[in-house]
Amino acid sequence: MFTASRTRDGLTRRRFVTGCGAGGLLAALPLPASASPVAPGMVPAATSATWNLSVGRRRIEIDHKVLHAPCIGGTVPGPILRWREGDHVTLNVTNTLHDEETSIHWHGIRLPASMDGVPGLSFTGIPPGETFTYRFPVQQSGTYWYHSHSGMQEAQGLYGAIVIDPRRPDPNACTRDYVIVLSEWTDVSPMDMISNLKMQDDYYVFRQRTLASLPREARAAGGLGAALKDRLQWSRMRMAATDISDVTGIIYTYLMNGHAPDMNWCGLFRPGERVRLRFVNAASMTFFDIRIPGLDMLVVQADGNDVEPVPVDEFRIGVAETYDVIVQPRDSRAYTIFAQSEDRTGHARGTLAPQAGMTAPVPPMDPRPVRTMIDMGMGDMKPGHDMKGMDMSGMSEEDTHMDDMDMSGMDHGHMGHMDMEHMDHQAPPAHVMEVDDPGPPPINVENQNVAKMPVDRLGSPGDGLENTGRRVLNYRQLRATRPGTDRRPPSREIILHLTGNMERYIWGFNGRKFSESGPIRLKLGERVRFTLINDTMMEHPIHLHGMWSELENGQGDYRPYKHTIISQPGSRLSYLVTVDAPGMWAYHCHLMLHMELGMFRTVIVA
Amino acid sequence: MRRALLLAVVLAPVTVMPALAQGSATTGTTATATATATATGNTKTAYHAADAPSSTPVVYLGNMKPVMDHASYFHGILDEFEGRYAPGGSDFRWDGEAWYGTDYNRVWLKTEGTLEHGRLHDGDHELLYSRAISSYFNVQGGVRADIDDGPTRTWGALGVQGLALYEFEFQATAYVSDRGRFATRIEGSYDFLLTNRLILQPQAEFNLYTKSDPARQAGAGLSDVDAGLRLRYEVWRKFAPYVAVSYAGYLTQARRIVHDQRGETGALRFTFGVRSWF
Repeated sequence: MFTASRTRDGLTRRRFVTGCGAGGLLAALPLPASASPVAPGMVPAATSATWNLSVGRRRIEIDHKVLHAPCIGGTVPGPILRWREGDHVTLNVTNTLHDEETSIHWHGIRLPASMDGVPGLSFTGIPPGETFTYRFPVQQSGTYWYHSHSGMQEAQGLYGAIVIDPRRPDPNACTRDYVIVLSEWTDVSPMDMISNLKMQDDYYVFRQRTLASLPREARAAGGLGAALKDRLQWSRMRMAATDISDVTGIIYTYLMNGHAPDMNWCGLFRPGERVRLRFVNAASMTFFDIRIPGLDMLVVQADGNDVEPVPVDEFRIGVAETYDVIVQPRDSRAYTIFAQSEDRTGHARGTLAPQAGMTAPVPPMDPRPVRTMIDMGMGDMKPGHDMKGMDMSGMSEEDTHMDDMDMSGMDHGHMGHMDMEHMDHQAPPAHVMEVDDPGPPPINVENQNVAKMPVDRLGSPGDGLENTGRRVLNYRQLRATRPGTDRRPPSREIILHLTGNMERYIWGFNGRKFSESGPIRLKLGERVRFTLINDTMMEHPIHLHGMWSELENGQGDYRPYKHTIISQPGSRLSYLVTVDAPGMWAYHCHLMLHMELGMFRTVIVA
Repeated sequence: MRRALLLAVVLAPVTVMPALAQGSATTGTTATATATATATGNTKTAYHAADAPSSTPVVYLGNMKPVMDHASYFHGILDEFEGRYAPGGSDFRWDGEAWYGTDYNRVWLKTEGTLEHGRLHDGDHELLYSRAISSYFNVQGGVRADIDDGPTRTWGALGVQGLALYEFEFQATAYVSDRGRFATRIEGSYDFLLTNRLILQPQAEFNLYTKSDPARQAGAGLSDVDAGLRLRYEVWRKFAPYVAVSYAGYLTQARRIVHDQRGETGALRFTFGVRSWF
């Protein structure tokens, strides 16, 4: 959390909070829920059913970047809201902005559509000077977050965490309980980012393959020829293997609870205590890879829902996801919470320490990931290889129509639908299912690639994390602690291709952006399987408002309930949705610029 | 690089265009090829996208669209803004373009010219409508005016512009003049990243005419070339000073025309300039 800087007095926030300071000191004091400000990352001491939230702009300087940030209560992130399952909460959101409307969306919260906070879909937004009152019953527990859904306010600071106490005793209750909100900070306006990316898609990428990096690549590839061949392959496709994040650390400072790395957010513990860390990725464009060197992390919750504990060294958190982990530091020393951006252009950092003011070494960043043909949806094919080199043993005769397909060309063709039945760990439904299959997306102005061999990547922790020697969480390991409530098989499958043209910076589904597409209509009460095929070479965190997405990850009835699901490049995955919430809902990629440039659909439940 | 350039010279823009459009054409056939693959047991005849465009538009509350993916943008770039120096004579050259519009429809303004001994020549200004037709290519059509210290000519223009295979920037335009003559211009460039900010860019532009126009130093056939090898340093993306060697010269019949006019038929020059955009 962050107060406005006071440069006039020569006292900037930067100097005000040094080292493991304010957060830790305040953390030691028990503060009532009404008290303000609460130390950043501290969960309020008690729940409250009524909150008055004021949205305004405030001049904030972090890492020499000054922004008149839209925020709640003058802090970035906004206050942590603590609710109780079963309560009816009342949230009075007042817009004190001068000339722009605002909105707050309660991310992952199940509520009536009119309370969801998406202008145009749920309501008409909150005009300047007005107050909108959100009222809804809280039917869930866990860690969530909220953010603006108006303009680009979310990218500039209008976000915060929500902690909901369960009605039943919390199996993961810890004496120390911190929220860790990860985000970005920049003084570049999101509109400028979009405009720059429309002109030059690699505008913010300064870690491309160059002549200078060729010797290193040649060593890695086992020869100059191999390295050059790989480069030619990518340049023939007019894509870049180094395309990891669209917007990078060249303009972003990565924040942990509103603290830049050198400000070092700090959480206190007593050796031997169990410490719960509620991670929220509130960034607009950045995935983080999180580890705490020296500590085992026990992943106990994903997107607000308890999962069977998984011990890991590291996990990747997509934009808008949340993960709760429990650590138990036994030594009386400091530990660094290290969250490097997926593209390794920067990191957020904080410290867990027995006393304020302590620090621990910050590990060096890993090498940046490089995309491969798997990300291009070519399965395990090596560049230039054809189908003959592939292991087709798992496929039955009926599934492979090899004769009908031309796999020799790399640019076109499509075989996404022949390959997946055997990979699906769920039993295929016995009855005939209605399928909305758009077919392979066209290669056109809005789409530059078709994943010919989309593969199941749920067992992969993600690009750049596969051979680190560390135990890294993957989606397959997420197992809910309770079986799903809806045991019905799906009666309908909706297949969606995630598409885009990086060169023109256009994003969408099925080769179309939002403005050229119709809504997705769902029938109230039906059970739908969403299948996502990612034809792009980037990860997309896909978020369905209002309803749970039950990830089909091989855990049977114990599949995890999520609100945001990472679709890895070149992959195919599916999840089940019980359509139990009538109204208009948003469905989109949570990378803000992707959403804003077309990877968004309206879902109408009636 | 050289091979690609030669290839570009050989192909007239008219023959290039169908090849570029191939991207969208091929997809039609692949769609039918996979139709059989989808059926696992029960036969299916048609694809249906759950988000297919709908004839009944969604009524958004307050008429608020949740995202704005249809905005217009405005950018301009000066690729060349440079002084060229040689013992025989120095000159100044610019080559830039600006565009305004959406993902599909844009208006382009292109301009280039050379100032030599206080005299402006090779002044070429085009106003084009640009339509995106494939992942990487746009069709552009409009007017070209040769406005400089020579006689003025006006042309109708139709061409393609985009990113060819191997990330080769490419433009090819065919022109027809108000006097019924034809011309073609082909331009290409390629960025070699030496480091992430130090970039070596070979670039070339060729002009071809069906008939000679001695007043404008144009000869029938391949008439002139303007090429450069520029080494730029991107201080920031939008500002990159560069050093270069450039060559501007007349070829074949135009070379004889210029020679007879006692003009300079071609010169290699040391060049300094700035590439910038907004």
